[in-house]
Amino acid sequence: MKAVARAHPLWLAYILHRISGIGLALFLPFHFWVLSLALNNAAQLDAFLTLSDLFLVKLAETGLVFLLAVHMFGGLRLMALEWLPWSPSQKTWAAAATSGAFFISIIFLMQAI
Amino acid sequence: MSEREIISVTVQRGGPEAPQYPQVFEVPAFESQTVLDVVSWIQQNADPTLTYRFACRVGMCGSCAMMVNGVPRWTCRTHVNKVLKGGKIEIGPLRNLPVIKDLAADMDPFFDKWVAAEGRHHPTLSRDDAIAEIDPEQPARVEASLGIECINCSICYSACDTVAGDSDYLGPAALQRAWTLYNDGKDADKDAILDAVSGKGGCHSCHSMGSCTAYCPNGLDPLSAIAGLKRATTQRFFRGRAK
Repeated sequence: MKAVARAHPLWLAYILHRISGIGLALFLPFHFWVLSLALNNAAQLDAFLTLSDLFLVKLAETGLVFLLAVHMFGGLRLMALEWLPWSPSQKTWAAAATSGAFFISIIFLMQAI
Repeated sequence: MSEREIISVTVQRGGPEAPQYPQVFEVPAFESQTVLDVVSWIQQNADPTLTYRFACRVGMCGSCAMMVNGVPRWTCRTHVNKVLKGGKIEIGPLRNLPVIKDLAADMDPFFDKWVAAEGRHHPTLSRDDAIAEIDPEQPARVEASLGIECINCSICYSACDTVAGDSDYLGPAALQRAWTLYNDGKDADKDAILDAVSGKGGCHSCHSMGSCTAYCPNGLDPLSAIAGLKRATTQRFFRGRAK
């Protein structure tokens, strides 16, 4: 028999939040290990940081920023959903305002750099 | 006479006494045909041993819900042409409930949890008192009114992945009922309701996946009702009990 249908926005938001959380949890120990090199082995850290010029590493960093952004907005969404007794239209306006503000600030940032 | 279109219907058969297996039926298409019409046609014309449940046929009684192409639906008000995929439909018993036989699911766990969530009236007055007036515009009453059209069809319970993963979880319908009573001015024991929904398997087990709200055939919003219970139980935790 067919698998249970789940592809509705609320469930997709839920699973994106979970998967981004797992991805970040897997990344963090590695991140802290690299940071620890700054204290223990500066030469190894410098050698490691040259890797960040590689396209593949840049792509991975983009993915990381995506995970962080998705997880942060997922968390804000969840807190608003559970702790604020908003009506559906208020939720839509809040989501639109947040994404609009995020869009404008990213444009500003991209022009600045 | 033009040749009638044929729908290929895969029905899940069997139950605890026989292994479950899919069986394919060829059903003639009719105008304005519902999924329940299809199931009834099979039972009346192809296999009289097919077991399923229905009563009102107009979306009031909540007894005909089944899985249709992986989505829990009220079959009496689901038109075939809305769910037909390449001339085929798959129909199974509701998920997250034990199967009695074929398409009939055992609703006992669903209703047991309705009781466990304290989904019963706690009177403020006796029959000798005058009937208290309730303002329909009052905010708590407006909130309560949002949930009273539940027909106990168990579609939300069947759609919920938290129910699938946690057999103790009370489920969206029972929790929405608790939220409705919590906001009811004529209910005298709010603490009993919050006690019932704040323990193991209560409102805090909800992961806000929202399948209950997405699939409720009556357009109700159990997700927001459960969020209301989360706020109410947390407020009570910090502010203390009313009495």
